[in-house]
Amino acid sequence: MGVWLKRHSWITPYALLAPGMLWLTVFYVYPGIQMFIASFWSGSLEKGFTFSFENYTNYTDAFNQFAPYYGRSIVYAAAATLLTFLIAYPLAYTIATKGGAQKNLLLFLVVAPFFTSFLLRTIAWKIILADSGIVLGPLKGFGLVPDDFRLLATPIAVISGITYNFLPFMTLPIYVAIEKVDGRLVEAAKDLYAGPWRPGGLIIGGLVGGTLAAVLGVIFNWNWPVMAILGGSMGAFTGWYLVSESFIRVTFPLSLSGVFAGSLLTFIPAIGDYVNAEFLGNPDTRMIGNVIQNKFLTQNDYPTAAALSFMLMAGVLAVVAIYARVLGTDDLSTGRM
Amino acid sequence: MTAVSAPVPRKPSGPGVLVRRLVDKYLLLVYTALAVIYLLLPVAIIILFSFNDPAGKSNVVWQGFTLKYWFHPLQVDGLPQAVGLSLVIAFLSTAIATVLGTLVALALVRYDFRIRKATNALIFVPMATPEIILGASLLTMFVSIGNDPFFPLNFTTILIAHVMFNISYVVVTVRARLSGFPRHLEEAAMDLYANELQTFWKVTFPLILPGIIAAALLAFSLSIDDFVITNFTSGKAQTFPMFIYAKNRIGVPPQVNVVGTIIFLVAVGAVLITTIRGRRKK
Repeated sequence: MGVWLKRHSWITPYALLAPGMLWLTVFYVYPGIQMFIASFWSGSLEKGFTFSFENYTNYTDAFNQFAPYYGRSIVYAAAATLLTFLIAYPLAYTIATKGGAQKNLLLFLVVAPFFTSFLLRTIAWKIILADSGIVLGPLKGFGLVPDDFRLLATPIAVISGITYNFLPFMTLPIYVAIEKVDGRLVEAAKDLYAGPWRPGGLIIGGLVGGTLAAVLGVIFNWNWPVMAILGGSMGAFTGWYLVSESFIRVTFPLSLSGVFAGSLLTFIPAIGDYVNAEFLGNPDTRMIGNVIQNKFLTQNDYPTAAALSFMLMAGVLAVVAIYARVLGTDDLSTGRM
Repeated sequence: MTAVSAPVPRKPSGPGVLVRRLVDKYLLLVYTALAVIYLLLPVAIIILFSFNDPAGKSNVVWQGFTLKYWFHPLQVDGLPQAVGLSLVIAFLSTAIATVLGTLVALALVRYDFRIRKATNALIFVPMATPEIILGASLLTMFVSIGNDPFFPLNFTTILIAHVMFNISYVVVTVRARLSGFPRHLEEAAMDLYANELQTFWKVTFPLILPGIIAAALLAFSLSIDDFVITNFTSGKAQTFPMFIYAKNRIGVPPQVNVVGTIIFLVAVGAVLITTIRGRRKK
C-alpha cells in the first residue's frame, strides 16, 4: 500500500478532494441543473411533469406576473444594505482602532446574536416594534405619534428586520479591512500635514444626517423639514469634527474592500429572504422569496417556482461573478467567519 | 520613565477644549455602546420572554414573571422531538462535513493539482448562493427523483442539505488555519523515519486540531439554526427552527424561548471555554 502510494503520489490530492467535491457536485451543482430543467416543465405534481423547451413561457409568464416582487426585493435589500453600512462602519472602525484590549470582547458581542435562533430574533423584533411596544409605547405616551400609528406590518419593519439580522455580515469584513490598514500610513499622512477635513466632512455629514432624519420624519409623520435641519446640523457637526484627511485619503480607501465584501454578504441573503417579510410585514410587503416559498411548498407549482428561482439565482450569480472578477474572493471568505 | 525631562507642550485651555476632549474620548464609544445594545436587544427580549407568563397562546406581551417554563422546558407537544432531531442532524452533519471539508482543505493547501481553480470555485459558489436557492434546487431534485430515500422528504434529505452547506464553511475555516502551517515540523518527523501516516497523526493533526474544532463549532451552529434550507428539504420532519416557524402563526410558547436561551448560553459557554483554553496555551 505505502509503496503503491509513493509511486502514484499524484493521486493523493485527488483522493482527498474526491468525497467533498463529489458531495457538492451531486447536491449543489446537479440540483441547480435539475432546477433549470424543472423550469421548462409543464404539468402538475399529481399528473407528472413533462419537459419541453416550448415551456420557456414559464419564464415570461412568471416574470410578467412577479416583476414587482423582484423590484421590491431589490429595493428592500438595497435599503437594508445601505443601512447596515451606515450602522456598521463606525462600529467596525471604533472596534478596530479604539478597541484595545476589548477588541475580542466587542467582536464577540457583534456575533453573539447568531447564537440565538434567527426566527426567535425576528419574533423578538415583532415584540420590539409592536403597537404599544418599547419603541411605540413611549412615543405614543408622549403624544409624538398618533395612537393608531403602526410600525409592524409595514415595509419599515421588514427593512429594519433585514438590517438587524444581517448586520454582522457587514460589520466583520469592514472590521477585518480596517484592522489590516497599516497604522504607519496614517502616521505618515499626518506627518505630511493631513489635518481635519472640514468642508467635506461638514457637507457629507450634513447630507447623511439630514437625509436619515428626514426619512425618519416622513415615517413617523413628524415635520420632516425640521427633522432634516436638526439631523443635518448634528451630522454636519459630527462630520466637521470627526472626519480627518488621513481618514478620507488613507483609511477609508483601504477599507473599501471590506465595504464591498460586506455589501455583497448582506445583499445576497437579504434579497432571497422571506422570513422578515412574513413575520414583520403584510401581504403588500411580500418579497420574491415569499413567492418562491409559497409556489414550492404550498402550491406545488414547481415549474413557475423553478423559473422564478433560476432568474433570482442568475441575477445574484452575475453580481457575484462581476465582484469576484474585479476584487477576488478572499475578502468574502474572511467575512463569513 | 518619569525622570526623563521632555519639553511640556503648552496646553490650550478654555471651555471649547473641554467639549473637544469629551467628544474625542466618548463620541465613538457612546456610539459603540448604543450599537451593542441594539445588537443584543432582541437577545435580551428572547431571554426575558422565557420568564413571561402569557395569558393566551401568544407570548408577545409581558404579563408577569414566572419560572415554571424553566422547570418544564420541554412540556410542549412536539418540542422535545424537534429539539432532538435538530441535535441529531447538527451532530451528524457536523461530523460528516468536518471530515470531508478538512480533507479538501488539506488537499488545497498541501498539494499541487490541476483542478485547483474549479475546486476553489465549487467551494465558494455555494456560500454566495442565497439559501432559498440552495433549498429550492435540492427540493426540485428530490421531487424529480421522486422515490426513496429522497421523496417524500425526510431525515436523510435534511442531513444531505446540511452537510452540503456546511462543507464550504469547514474548508474555508480549516484552510485559514493551515496556511501558516510550520511545514518543517513534518519534514523533521519524516527525517526521523516516521512514515506519512505517522507524521499526519502525530504532527499534522494535533497542530491543525484547533482549526478543525473551530470549523466544527461553526458548522454545528449553522446547522442547528438553519431554517430556510430545512424549510425546503424537511417535509413532515420537524427541526427546532421548523417547530418555531409552525408555532409562529398560533403563538410561540415560552418553552421555546427557554430552549433558545439554553442554546444561547451553551454556545456562549463553548466560545468562552475555547478562548480561555487557547489563551492558556499561548
